[in-house]
Amino acid sequence: MNIPTITSIVTSFNEASDIKTITFTYPGDVSPGQFFMVWIPGVDEIPMSVSFATKTMKGITFRNVGDATLALYQLKKGDKIGIRGPYGNGFSLKGKHLLFVGGGTGIAMLALAIEQARKKKLKATVIIGAKTKNQLFFEGRMRQCGATVLVSTDDGSTGYKGYASELAKHVLKEKHIDAIYTCGPEQMMKTLLLYCKTIPFQASLERYMKCALGLCGQCCIGKGLRVCLDGPVFDGTVLKKIKDFGVYHRDASGRKILF
Amino acid sequence: MTDLATTISALQLKNPTMLASGIMDEDVGSMQRMIDCGAGAIVTKSIGLHPREGYLNPTVIELEYGILNAMGLPNPGIDIYGKEIKALEKTKIPIIGSIFAANAKDFVTLAIKMQHFGANAVELNVSCPHAKHYGLEVGSDASLLREIISSIKHQIHIPVFVKISPNIMNLVEVAQNIKNAQADAIVAINTVKGMKIDLETGQPILANKTGGYSGKAIKPIGIRCVYDIAQNVDIPIIGVGGITTGEDAIEYFMAGASAVQIGSAIYYRGPEVFKHICKEIDLWLRKHNYKNLYELIGAAYL
Ligand SMILES: Cc1cc2nc3c(=O)[nH]c(=O)nc-3n(C[C@H](O)[C@H](O)[C@H](O)COP(=O)(O)OP(=O)(O)OC[C@H]3O[C@@H](n4cnc5c(N)ncnc54)[C@H](O)[C@@H]3O)c2cc1C
Ligand SMILES: Cc1cc2nc3c(=O)[nH]c(=O)nc-3n(C[C@H](O)[C@H](O)[C@H](O)COP(=O)(O)O)c2cc1C
Ligand code: FES
Repeated sequence: MNIPTITSIVTSFNEASDIKTITFTYPGDVSPGQFFMVWIPGVDEIPMSVSFATKTMKGITFRNVGDATLALYQLKKGDKIGIRGPYGNGFSLKGKHLLFVGGGTGIAMLALAIEQARKKKLKATVIIGAKTKNQLFFEGRMRQCGATVLVSTDDGSTGYKGYASELAKHVLKEKHIDAIYTCGPEQMMKTLLLYCKTIPFQASLERYMKCALGLCGQCCIGKGLRVCLDGPVFDGTVLKKIKDFGVYHRDASGRKILF
Repeated sequence: MTDLATTISALQLKNPTMLASGIMDEDVGSMQRMIDCGAGAIVTKSIGLHPREGYLNPTVIELEYGILNAMGLPNPGIDIYGKEIKALEKTKIPIIGSIFAANAKDFVTLAIKMQHFGANAVELNVSCPHAKHYGLEVGSDASLLREIISSIKHQIHIPVFVKISPNIMNLVEVAQNIKNAQADAIVAINTVKGMKIDLETGQPILANKTGGYSGKAIKPIGIRCVYDIAQNVDIPIIGVGGITTGEDAIEYFMAGASAVQIGSAIYYRGPEVFKHICKEIDLWLRKHNYKNLYELIGAAYL
């Protein structure tokens, strides 16, 4: 069965301006990079990366951008939501020194992968990019797990002034990086793919999702690759052949929307 | 390998497994993947005149024995979707354009456009169980249905298939009505109207509350419909509903279907399901000394 399991909010925590983490009881294993379908009864059901995981508890970290995320934002301890999943493939970590580049809320979906890399004693350099200082989050959590953290903001209010991909370009010049993992605005990830040349690259994509079961086709990219099932993480070698990557996504009706 | 070729009206299929409407047919890429996975024909998702977002999520859930969906006919509208069909013009696999509308005039416009964009046949969705003013509401009105089919037949030269619902009491009468209006084939069945309630919240899970049930559980319902039509009405039938294995398809052929459509099984067995089912049909036919599919069609009532 793939139906939502009802669970209660255990904690709700403000990470930054308009960004919250909520945790709830939900047993089971997840691979870093996987996502849940989160049902807010009476509102909507939306995909959310798993940003926090223990054997019995899970969490998601999200920006309040619309009806469903606003409803999540307003939930209090004890309120009920439905969870199904985890879905998707997740990252495969390879190499000794890994570079993680998270733009916007992208760092939420990278967090578990970074912590896993550190548990395996791999060197992790993490770039967290945000529009401005008060939208930054997970900087402390990433430092705590032993990653080297660099920050970029578009307006220069803290850290490097400019896009996360530009900061990554500098890092790639200075350090020997074995593999790159990224999640964020698709054009940023596409630029990054250009910069990394032959270095192994994995990016996590977002597409409008309905079934998350690999059935309805709503989330397809390229030659019928289902972001919900064949992804959301794709290798650079695959992405180079996909015309949609960094160019367009589809809305709920299937119309193409340019990034 | 036995001969798995089949024909439905003017369409020649290299094998009888067609992709059912609304599954993995969002765009040219997904349909191409289903072709590469061995589908003998492709039915597009149901397309209307204008863009429609469909219902909010949850739109699809998987239950113990089947899949429940209420997508709400999301589609970008014929003019945009036409480009996806046009992009498939080089393929030799027949492309069948599924269309929905509330009246004959709009159906005719859609059918003409489908033909123009390169579809090899049209399939009229008059059976979607969960879209107000469309689907089953149209299919339940005998005179409207007759008017729609006849008007389309006068305006296009490609075959016209009519997809029907199991949620009608007078199945054979409706099938006869469809035949009398000169349709070229009947597609049976669309999903079965259903609902799932979450016990903890006491709420129906689908945002639309009711939906359509598909997958393994509905096979006996589909078999019965195909059998009843085949016995009573002389028209080619395409069997759909719960086909997951080659033996499921064989059962539909015995009931009277000339080809089958496969939807939910893509969830159970992946896109490779078309190849698997063809292989299983072939094995079964050989084991039972059949040389081709035609010998089998209607075996249950002949
Ligand atoms: C695999 C995956 C993982 C994600 N992980 C996170 C995360 O960890 N944190 C986070 O903040 N956001 C994440 N998102 C994005 C998140 O799903 C959207 O922000 C959310 O759906 C917005 O819903 P809304 O009703 O609040 O906004 P709306 O006003 O409905 O929409 C705002 C935008 O969100 C997108 N959206 C709406 N519904 C869906 C849907 N069903 N599927 C995909 N996109 C949708 C649309 O592109 C729309 O333009 C993820 C998306 C995907 C596909
Ligand atoms: C997610 C989903 C979407 C569907 N969309 C359509 C559609 O747009 N038009 C249509 O005629 N049938 C649609 N159907 C019904 C299928 O084409 C098919 O008739 C039904 O699922 C039974 O076959 P199955 O058991 O092989 O899935 C849809 C079914 C599912 C599961
Ligand atoms: S959301 Fe339905 S196939 Fe991915």
